[in-house]
Amino acid sequence: MVNKEPKIIQVNGLDFYYGDFQALHQINLEIKRHQVTALIGPSGCGKSTFLRLLNRMNELIAGTRVEGRVRFEGQDLYSPEVDPVEVRRRVGMVFQKPNPFPKSIYQNVAYGPRLHGMRDRAGLDRLVERSLRSAAIWDEVKDILHQPAMELSGGQQQRLCIARAVAMEPEVLLMDEPTSALDPIATSRIEELLKELKQRYTVVIVTHNMQQAARVSDETAFFYMGRLIEMGPTEQLFTKPAQEQTEHYITGRFG
Amino acid sequence: MKEDKFIKRRRRRQALAFGALRLSMALVVGSLGGILLFVLYHGAGALSWEFLTQAPRQAMTQGGIFPALVGTLYLTLGALLTALPLGVAAAVYLNEYARPGKLLTVVRLGIQNLAGVPSVVFGLFGLGLFCVALGMGTSIMAGSLTLGLLILPTVIGASEEALKQVPDTFREASLALGATRWQTIGRVVLPAALPGMLTGSILALGRAAGETAPIMFTAATFYTLRLPDSPFDQVMALPYHIYVLATSGTHIQQTRPLQYATVLVLIGLVLGLSLVAIILRARMRRSRKW
Repeated sequence: MVNKEPKIIQVNGLDFYYGDFQALHQINLEIKRHQVTALIGPSGCGKSTFLRLLNRMNELIAGTRVEGRVRFEGQDLYSPEVDPVEVRRRVGMVFQKPNPFPKSIYQNVAYGPRLHGMRDRAGLDRLVERSLRSAAIWDEVKDILHQPAMELSGGQQQRLCIARAVAMEPEVLLMDEPTSALDPIATSRIEELLKELKQRYTVVIVTHNMQQAARVSDETAFFYMGRLIEMGPTEQLFTKPAQEQTEHYITGRFG
Repeated sequence: MKEDKFIKRRRRRQALAFGALRLSMALVVGSLGGILLFVLYHGAGALSWEFLTQAPRQAMTQGGIFPALVGTLYLTLGALLTALPLGVAAAVYLNEYARPGKLLTVVRLGIQNLAGVPSVVFGLFGLGLFCVALGMGTSIMAGSLTLGLLILPTVIGASEEALKQVPDTFREASLALGATRWQTIGRVVLPAALPGMLTGSILALGRAAGETAPIMFTAATFYTLRLPDSPFDQVMALPYHIYVLATSGTHIQQTRPLQYATVLVLIGLVLGLSLVAIILRARMRRSRKW
């Protein structure tokens, strides 16, 4: 890796609009390499919107507008010469609801690499295995690789989606409430997995479960009504929050 | 008691309403059954293997309908080859690319109105454009293109419906992996929508197979012994053959059973196509759970 700067993403003065509605106000924050950063806050606070700005997914919605700067490895993500397709290749995403394609398990994982022109069968086989191993699902699916992915359980589907994202070898992995549709056992498997994933990737996770944020993240950012209220090391934010609003939220007085 | 009377009255009303619904249902099923029975009664006797595999003889009072059957199969296939690519392309444009706005509204309105144009107008349009202006003459090619245009609005509608059934989460997942919009359409959206598109198109094809007006100017001929050997040949076709037998025969008594048997074959063909569509849809429902 050329760039050893500890901050992989830097956001400055970011405003975001859905039509006339301003969803994010003057966001400034930094995301550190090989850490799990949790975004918390009540529904509608802008945390998911913010997450989707990091891989330019919001611009798929008509009438949205971005102001300010998001730098990824020093490069402004929203400058005109940047191709959003390239951004999404380097910044992977796992969604709230598991969304495997109606294809086989193997085809799901190989989808991204094939898009980018990988044809070599043996290389693909190895990549599929490695990705499924990183997502801690290899042992469960190694004998049924060519069965439809839709037949897996919800928790398995979500780990498959993680494997699918990991197969692109992204630098950052964005997760939008990845366990909110899963049962507690599947949730704890994914939380364990996060600890391994951060060895190789930078993870940004949106969650409305504060215990989850406390368990899995190194840094936490608290959003409220489209503003970043406070950000800091997770332990500090949960034990000695600097802002009154943060304290009210984490102690359950609203949200 | 007073309440009892009230309840009774409501029951009576419900019985009346359900009775009316049953009656209208019986009328619908009855008329279909009536037509089928009528045609079966008059035509089944003339139906035979020879009827399906031989050409008409003796001023159409003998022999079968083989050339017309072949002609209709070619025309139907040609209509599918015309309408499916055009219809799918139009639906993908409308549903995946076009930004909602005035233009899109006008285009959709145009397509809806196209569906309302009488088939005889399609026939005349096909005659003017394909047969005369483009010099195709009376041919399978001209007839297929005309029939294709006729069912185009239906194919577009069915294809758009199939595209709408594909959840947006598939598109998001693909784009988030760094796929372009075109890759997403080609690798995820179309494969997921294709069975639905086919089902709708096959149903439309049933209509194309039975149409008379569009082919009578563009493709069909009264009588030919020769089977077509190029797309620019004219052909006999089942609907037109029925029309000819019903209106222009000189030996009405002898041709009447043949006419009903031909009707029977055409209805069988159309119902067969519907059956294929239904089976396809059932299989699709079983293999897709989203």
